[in-house]
Amino acid sequence: MSLTPADVSRIAHLARLELSPAESDAMLGQLNGFFRIVEQMSAVDTRGVEPLYTPLAAVQPAALRLRDDGVTEADQRSANQASAPAVEDGLFLVPKVIE
Amino acid sequence: MPPESGRPLTALAIRNAVRAGRLTAAQACRAALDAIDVHEPRIHAYISICADRAMEAAHRLDADPARVARLPLAGVPVAIKDNLCTAGLRTTAGSRMLEAFVPPYDATAVRRLEEAGAIIVGKTNCDEFAMGASTEYSAFGPTRNPVDPSRTPGGSSGGSAATVASGALPIALGSDTGGSVRQPASFCGVVGLKPTYGRVSRYGLIAFASSLDQVGVLAGTAEDAALALQAIAGADAADATAAGRPVPDYAAALEHPVAGLRVGVPRALVADEVDEEVRDRFDRACEALRAFGLDVRDVSLPHARHAVPVYHLVASAEASANLARYDGVRYGLRAPHDGSVIGMNAATRDAGFGRELKRRIMLGTYALSAGYYEAYYARGQRVRALIRADFEAAFREVDFVALPTAPTPAFRLGERLDNPVQMYLADLFTAGPSLAGLPAISIPCGETREGLPVGLQLVGRMFDEAGLLRVAHAFETGAAGRNDGA
Repeated sequence: MSLTPADVSRIAHLARLELSPAESDAMLGQLNGFFRIVEQMSAVDTRGVEPLYTPLAAVQPAALRLRDDGVTEADQRSANQASAPAVEDGLFLVPKVIE
Repeated sequence: MPPESGRPLTALAIRNAVRAGRLTAAQACRAALDAIDVHEPRIHAYISICADRAMEAAHRLDADPARVARLPLAGVPVAIKDNLCTAGLRTTAGSRMLEAFVPPYDATAVRRLEEAGAIIVGKTNCDEFAMGASTEYSAFGPTRNPVDPSRTPGGSSGGSAATVASGALPIALGSDTGGSVRQPASFCGVVGLKPTYGRVSRYGLIAFASSLDQVGVLAGTAEDAALALQAIAGADAADATAAGRPVPDYAAALEHPVAGLRVGVPRALVADEVDEEVRDRFDRACEALRAFGLDVRDVSLPHARHAVPVYHLVASAEASANLARYDGVRYGLRAPHDGSVIGMNAATRDAGFGRELKRRIMLGTYALSAGYYEAYYARGQRVRALIRADFEAAFREVDFVALPTAPTPAFRLGERLDNPVQMYLADLFTAGPSLAGLPAISIPCGETREGLPVGLQLVGRMFDEAGLLRVAHAFETGAAGRNDGA
């Protein structure tokens, strides 16, 4: 199967990427190039095989480990917001969401 | 104290000299900074060099001799890949998106290195968000291979490999998702260790693919890699994936004999698409292992040849999720936009991400999207389970699996930029062990006729870094011994 220009534009929107027409064209060819090497993998018989989502599942129970429910860090709001593009009164500023 | 033989000082030698009072941390740090200044115009291994901060830390260390005497990395200058957070020191991940990002905290691996007495002198160049095999996808320009500056140092930890290979300093941290420590180690002729998934905390490592990312070490020798791993390995309350099992004494493990250990070679895999000279050096390395008394035999990894597509599906899917956080709101870039939230997100991501990032995000978003999830992402994870099962079967017969680290020696800058799939094939032998979560090490095993380094990769059982380091050390010292005797 091959991706179409419409697929590329749909995926770019899902991924919140702005692609120029030239970028979209190049992307289409490159993605289809990649999916050609995926085809061989698609022929592997995987019936009855459980997906391996994390390699740790092979050596320890995959259940989340929980730590004690204690306060371990002080409030560092200003340090944590120091690299934010726009803040005011400790809040992150964004364009208007609700008219 | 300049290196006497022309060979750079090892971390062990620096540590011992500093502890004995024959060298100060400040002298060791100054020497590293001076060497970096000499090499930098030729190789561009760094995104940031923090000379003042490093000298201050060195002087603080020198002022406390009682403390220095106990520190395993006392006064050792080190470099850190720029995708590991350093408090108060810009951390870009090689991306315009984080060009002005100054983390408020240290990555656990960074903090542990400093607590062991290491002095951070700079942040090394890497492919953007660690996605690439040549360091050419850095937004700050490519790093060049010190062995031949017309060639890449590999990637994504290319800056870390290049600065260690230049001799400026003995140890650098990198990160390895599908080969990003081992492949540049192979291209530059240094040691590259990717620990078991879970051996080293990823707290403060800027996320790329969360089921694969692992902090690794680039070093001049296996002994130095052992020293560095000793400092950074172990459980961490801040990372639920950091394994709780005890950390062995790696330096002690280096001294154990290697005779009788079994090494498996997947001949059918190595026959595929491998440069002739790489295959020859690999075969000779296997002969050398046999000469050291190891039992070298054939094994089969029938699914390993699917590692590249599986790896790129899984890693890109995870990357597309991890990179969703770069939205122009909490930290990093915000580009000029049309006044809407979605417009701000899209303009920011367009301006902040380079073309390889966009490719991977597109690929991953597609592989996870409705209607394709089962065919690509889930199927990829099933084949991943088969790849791991192959290794498990092999490890019932042998203690290690040997592979070339990369199918070719260092390629030229620009050679693969227009062909992403060819760039991905650099991961042919490293992606499989990563998918399986296994530890692996790349050690230099000779050069091509053009003088380009070739790496031997050894893969071990889960958490057997000690075994890998032990064989690497024997290979290194055995090979050196033979050269001395020749």
